Parts: sequence; structure tokens; C-alpha cells
Amino acid sequence: MTKRILTENIHIPDIGNIQVYRKHGGYQSVEKALGSYSPDQVTDEVKKSGLRGRGGAGFPTGMKWGFMDRSPDKPHYLVCNADESEPGTFKDRFLMEHIPHLLIEGMIVSGFALGCRTSYIYIRGEFKWIIRILQKAIQEAYLQGFLGENILGSGFSHDMYVHSGGGAYICGEETALLESLEGKRGNPRLKPPFPAVKGLYGYPTVVNNVETICAVPWIINHGGAEYAGIGLGKSTGTKLISSCGNINRPGVYEIELGLPVAEFIYSDEWCGGISKGRKLKAVIPGGSSVPILPAHLILETAEGKPRLMTYESLAEGGFETGSMLGSGGFIVFDDTQCIVRNTWNLTRFYHHESCGQCSPCREGTGWMEKILLRLEEGRGKKSDIDLLVNVARHIEGNTICPLGDAAAWPVASAIRHFREEFENHVLNADVHKAGTREDNIEKITAEQPNA
Amino acid sequence: MPRMNNSDMEENRNITGLNWDVETLARMKEMISHYPEGRQKSALVPILHLVQDENGGWLNTEIMDHVADFLEISPIEVYEVATFYSQFNLRPVGKYVLEVCRTGPCCLEGAERLIDFLERKLGIRDGETTPDGMFTIKTVECLGACGYGPVIQVGDTYYERLDEQKIDTLLMNLNKTP
Repeated sequence: MTKRILTENIHIPDIGNIQVYRKHGGYQSVEKALGSYSPDQVTDEVKKSGLRGRGGAGFPTGMKWGFMDRSPDKPHYLVCNADESEPGTFKDRFLMEHIPHLLIEGMIVSGFALGCRTSYIYIRGEFKWIIRILQKAIQEAYLQGFLGENILGSGFSHDMYVHSGGGAYICGEETALLESLEGKRGNPRLKPPFPAVKGLYGYPTVVNNVETICAVPWIINHGGAEYAGIGLGKSTGTKLISSCGNINRPGVYEIELGLPVAEFIYSDEWCGGISKGRKLKAVIPGGSSVPILPAHLILETAEGKPRLMTYESLAEGGFETGSMLGSGGFIVFDDTQCIVRNTWNLTRFYHHESCGQCSPCREGTGWMEKILLRLEEGRGKKSDIDLLVNVARHIEGNTICPLGDAAAWPVASAIRHFREEFENHVLNADVHKAGTREDNIEKITAEQPNA
Repeated sequence: MPRMNNSDMEENRNITGLNWDVETLARMKEMISHYPEGRQKSALVPILHLVQDENGGWLNTEIMDHVADFLEISPIEVYEVATFYSQFNLRPVGKYVLEVCRTGPCCLEGAERLIDFLERKLGIRDGETTPDGMFTIKTVECLGACGYGPVIQVGDTYYERLDEQKIDTLLMNLNKTP
């Protein structure tokens, strides 16, 4: 039985209500932290836990908190990144919809550790009903004295607000998010300075993902060392995986890090295998930005070791044969899916979402989208494939923010692992020229008697 | 202060009268109170959502200029934001905007077929509005519902795990809503 930290109480009826939430141990970590810990002690527990940023980068949370400029003469801000927009990722939504007080509790304790008087939950504008859920929960927390002036008589005061975005993937990048929170376009900032030194309104700010903050109450209640004992190696604790695509049981699952990927895909406890009795073709394991892996490399590393759901194991083999845990957006492809079409689709996404500041990303994503579309539609040339690799290489590492890399990696990895399929789109161009996707599947299947 | 002079938007000027009632103004002021003194610009996106909802789902130049005045910022600061974020519509839209996810995971679950279906059913293409002003089709990027796709957002609601039949029912129900 997998350890549940974030979702242990999520199915309790009315857990979104503060009375019910408190009855099940809610807000104990606020009482404990504010009552008997110093801010530094809270930070130390988080450092000990080995908790890593759950938004995708996997950076150690305690270390990030350690970078905060603590000068007492200026305001400090905590900002929760609830802009969940990475294709394949729908886990933060699950927590906020069902157990909003867990996030608020974690925010209060984190805000205390970081010396913040004010915090914001920056949530994507599309999640309108979740905004209302959070606002109601915050109101309840104020009424119960967990927010506002002098919380529980500790001398610590804290205000919390929900801020709605306007529909822009780029605002999930923390400096773009801060720009957006200041009422501007979501153009990422050059780093350094990092937000911990110059963040919101130019003041020290920590930006943490929803799932990261939701792990903090458990860490305070049970101790960082106990959290570090869960999981495997440097991948401590549990992780929410949102799985989607061609599987029998799509949804959000909390797994203990270290679970074998094969078990996650095929066990009825998790994804329940590939739907419609088809075969596994490929997986994008950590949100659309991470490299795609063909079936044999997602189930086992190139050395033949079982691939595990950890930051390290999924990355084993580097970009040649590995990928990343990322945000935990686990996208599964069955053997009827076209990699070229999917790569075109995701590249269109990155082109649409590029903020336009850096030429390599602004122009490169559009260029790749065009090339991929002509390949997909049977109008491509064989040289287009290497051209794509070339364009991707010139985007990667040449932009202010990671959106450039995020756009380049899916293309580069799709060609690395499925070059034949791209070539096939040139050689058998007629198959791809007209008709709907379904017609094409039928045609392709008819041509491949074994498929 | 300089006003937007984009012909595209200019034609939309003064189409809709501005009519913020006391309640709306109070909500706008409350939004500003979330941010420190002098940082009222932070409320721009939340306020644009509010005034767009009150204007039948889209923003015209006049409204944006008023928001600029209200926040004491220049109009260009509002325009550049309104044109950056995909949730803001700068042209009139139908009573219901059908925001259909077109991104990868939803397509693995059949979104492309459903977009075709919706376009044929309503006789309009992506970005267009039905002649009776009821529906606009707006394809959008990932809505964060990948495990429950295909998905369409209408107003505050996500309609998930859609197929042709469920779309028929959805359209029928929306048509019946007064």
C-alpha cells in the first residue's frame, strides 16, 4: 500500500469545509510551527525532508527558501504557482478543488518560515470555480483565526489573496508569473537576480508550486526526517502523477517515488494498462515539455534496469535515452497514435504560448510548427527532418526562460526515437495527404497487417 | 494620454455603452485592496475578467480606456495586457463561447474529431459565431483537464469526457437556457 501524504483525507465528504478539515487534523501544523518553532526551524525541517519543487524543475524547496533575502527592512512575499498549464498536468487542480485548506495551511506555515506578511495564490484564469473554492476557504481560515493579525497569538500576521491569470502558459514560469501578478504581460525576466532577491515589486519572493506547498503541513507534523524516509534516494516523499492518454484509468494518483514505471502503467491500482487492448507505443512522463520515450525505454533504461518513477531514474541515460519526471504529467500513447502529428500539435502549442521576447523561441517555434505540419500532411522533404533538429538545437539554451528548451526537447526527442516514422511521412506521403485522422489510421493499419 | 488607434479595434469603439453599477465598482475597488498601496495595476487582469463578463464576453476600446482611467495607468498598459492573454476577446462573441481544447492529450482522446463535429454541427469555423449570436467556437490550448478529455469550457464550467452525443445534449441544453 502506497503511503499517502497529500491525498490521505481527500475523499472524506466535505473535507473542503474547515470544520471537517480540522476534525481530521487540519491546521495542526500551523499550531505547531507558530507555537513552538522559529521560522528557521521550519525551514530546516523542509530542508531535512528533501522535498523538491513539484512544478517540474525538481529544485530542493528548502534550499530555495534558504536563498530568500531576509532583510527585515523590506516586504517579503510568498506566491503559490497554481497556473497549472503544462499539457498532461492536472494534479494541482485535484488538490485545490477537493482539499483547499491543505494548500492554505501549507501557505501559512511556509509564509511563517519565510517571514512573509502577504501571500498570493496565482491561479490560471480558466479555473474559475476553483477560484471561488479557494476564496471561500480563505474566508473560513480568517474566521477561525488562522489568517489575519496575530495568528493564534503568535505575533505572526498574514494575509492571503487569490489572483486570477488571463490564460497564458508562460505565466507558469516564475518570473513571468510575477510580471503577470504586477499587471503586465507575462514576459519572463532575466535571471539573476532571482525572485528570492528581487521578486514581486522588486522585493524578496519565493514562488512554490501548489503540490510543493501542500507537502509542508505533513513535514511539520511528522518531521522532515520521516518524510525523507519515504521515496527513494534523493527522490523523497510522494508525488502526484496525472496520467492521461490511451490508458484504461486516467486520473490523478499519489505514488511513493520509486514505483516501477511498468507497474504504474499496467497495474489496476494505477493506469490499468493500455485502453482498447492496444499496445504501448510511447510515453511523455513529465508533462509535454520533457522528452518522449518509446515503450522499451520507458519501461527499462538502456542498460536494461527497470525504469522507476523517480527524478533520477527517469533521467537516466540523459537526453539520448532518458527523460524527466517534470510535473508528473504522464501522457501515454498507444500504437495507433502518430508521433509526427502529436509533435506538430505540441509545437503549435509552444508557438502559440511563446511570449515573443526572444527571437529563437518566437521564430523557431513557428518555423518548426510549419515544417511539422507539412511533414504531417505529406508535403515534406526528407531534409526537413534534419532541419527540424537544427532549428530545435538553435532554440535550446538561447532564450531567457525555459520555454525555448521546452519547445525544442519534444521535437528533438521525437525525431531521435521515431525518425523512421518521420521518414515514412515523406516516403509514403500520399497516405498522409488527405482525409481525417481516422481515415489515415485505417489506411495505415490496412497497410501494416501486423499492426 | 494616447488612445488605441488600431482600426480593428476602432470599429468596435462605442458599440457598447459603459455602465458600471455601484456593485461592480465596489468589486473593482475590493480587487485593488489585495495589493499594496500604489500597486493597483496588479488588479488589471482580474478587473478585465470582471468587466469582460459584464460586457457580454468581450472587451472594446472604450471599456479598456475606462479601466486605464480607473487604475490610473495609460491605455496602452491595458491594451498590451488584453492582447497578450488568450482569455480576453477583442471582438464580439456569441452568448456562449465554446472553448474547445485542441492540445495533444485531448487529441489522443478524440478532440480533433469533436472539433470537426462541432464545426459541421454549428455550420461555423473556429473563431466564428453562429448567425443567431448563440455560439462562438474558440479552440484553446490545454485547459488542464487532460485525463478527462476531450473538454470544452463554457463560462465557468468544464464539460469533460465529451463525445458527439454529449455535445448534442450540451448544445440543446444551452439553447434552452433563457
